Amino acid sequence: MIGISDSWILLAYLLCALSTIACVVYGVINWNKGAKSESDDFQEESDWKKKESEIEESL
Amino acid sequence: MLGNTIALLVYLFIISFFGFLGYRHTKTSTDYLLGGRQIHPMIMALSYGATFISTSAIVGFGGAAGTLGMGLLWLTFLNILLGIFIAFVVFGKRTRRMGYSLDAHTFPELLGNRFDSKFIQGFAGVVIFLFMPIYTAAVLKGGTDFIQTHFGISYEISLLFFAAVVALYVWMGGLKGVMYTDAFQGGIMFLGMIFLIIYTYSKLGGVTSAHDQLTHLFDNPDVQEQTAGLVKGGFAGWTSMPKTGSPTWWSLITTIIMGVGIGVLAQPPLVVRFMTVKSNRELNRAVVSGGIFILVTTGVAYIIGPLSNLFFFEETGSIATIAAGGNDKIIPMFIKNYVPGWFGVIFFLALVAAAMSTLSSQFHAMGTAVGRDVYEKAMNKKGNTILITKTGILVAILISVTLAYLANQLDTSMQIIATGTAMFFGLCAASFLPAYISALFIRTISKEAIIAGMVTGFVVGIFWIFFIHEKEASSLQLCMALFNKTSLVKETGLAKLAMVDPIVVALPSSVIATTIGALVKKCTLSQQHLDKCFKA
Repeated sequence: MIGISDSWILLAYLLCALSTIACVVYGVINWNKGAKSESDDFQEESDWKKKESEIEESL
Repeated sequence: MLGNTIALLVYLFIISFFGFLGYRHTKTSTDYLLGGRQIHPMIMALSYGATFISTSAIVGFGGAAGTLGMGLLWLTFLNILLGIFIAFVVFGKRTRRMGYSLDAHTFPELLGNRFDSKFIQGFAGVVIFLFMPIYTAAVLKGGTDFIQTHFGISYEISLLFFAAVVALYVWMGGLKGVMYTDAFQGGIMFLGMIFLIIYTYSKLGGVTSAHDQLTHLFDNPDVQEQTAGLVKGGFAGWTSMPKTGSPTWWSLITTIIMGVGIGVLAQPPLVVRFMTVKSNRELNRAVVSGGIFILVTTGVAYIIGPLSNLFFFEETGSIATIAAGGNDKIIPMFIKNYVPGWFGVIFFLALVAAAMSTLSSQFHAMGTAVGRDVYEKAMNKKGNTILITKTGILVAILISVTLAYLANQLDTSMQIIATGTAMFFGLCAASFLPAYISALFIRTISKEAIIAGMVTGFVVGIFWIFFIHEKEASSLQLCMALFNKTSLVKETGLAKLAMVDPIVVALPSSVIATTIGALVKKCTLSQQHLDKCFKA
């Protein structure tokens, strides 16, 4: 395929393209997310903290 | 020649303008250190990319690919996956928030404030200040090699000219000036590399035809003769991975791919970039341009490097590393001899841009390490931070230029630029990565555990560089001077360890030391401090 017979090199070649596509897709999907930084952050952090205390309690 | 000079002057004028713009808008130390935390996402992403990708990546690693083959594409993959996606999405968002809540201005300050430890901040500052010049020298050498080849002037004069121009605008503008120019330079790099890949593939009759010719070039009897030494080391052609377990394989996998691929996550100048934007949205958007940018810049360099063998062989009858006179000269000679003159000018600017953007951020990081982290925080002295930082930058420039001068005296068959870069990235990963991950994700880890991990990673890394990893130990000569051999494990039952890069040993050592530290010593930081760090 594309003149490269070593499958490791071919895999690297393809993974480069796929990982770039993944970056583009992620960025486009989340293009407008996270704008209101403080409230978003607060929610995310309190969720995280809740989970953390649950784990600590279970331990 | 006249075209090159005019283009260079126009370019210098534009970056001086940006430097001046940054200077005009720099009023506080947050402006100088973090660009006022209000940098546009596109500027941030291009600046991150341009800082990440330097002449070291294009000239040094592109040249290494010219000798070792397309296996370096694994590094591009890791650069996109870890250096962009994981770095921005997983690390970047938390770093931005934590940096903001802790009022951190530099990477060492982020770690120091997170664990409420002046030692951590000072230690990280000293490591950066003392060892980043190795990487800076590698980048300087990349730019200087290109100026020397392109303009036909001596290495020493090219080096002085180049360092002087970079020094001037870092001195003037602080991080605002640096990031404006970086973004402009990132744009030039991007267009330059796009042109280069289209041109090269079309010259060779398309993608498949180019790769086919490169695969068959290895079967040529003359090439077999010229690559005999490389084949002995495990080389198996430019479109194949080296033989598993061979010295070349170890060098490619552990030093080049792992060292730089993983090390990027704990690169101080890159981490600081996350603290310059105001919300997560900017980081989400930056993932798009960052991913494309890294693919185009490094991917192209690691494909062009191996393909250059076809051009060199057709004209001179020699493979690239022999015809160009060393690994680090492959890309500059290829551009000079095999692409049209007008494009040479664009590419020349792209490369100067790549080097300058990385260098300016490196100087900025080293200056702030001394001014902010060591002098102001660790030593608890009061003074003019900007002035101390600028003095730190000046000292860092002098050390780096001296190292770049000395690097030119080394054996040209070594991949000097790539090795220097990988050495610093590996050392950063071993010293900072477990601490950085713990700081962001493990709320109740103790500062003693972090100190144990950082010191262990650093000490093991340095020991391995100076006494075990033969590639570096033999150049540094300390092992030879003390023990009369190029590596302590040479001619012993452990001789194979001499091929293993420091990161493979130092990073796990650091992780183990951090874990043991965490088990032995419980976190004593106050709940209030932890709440502030995690802003909940």
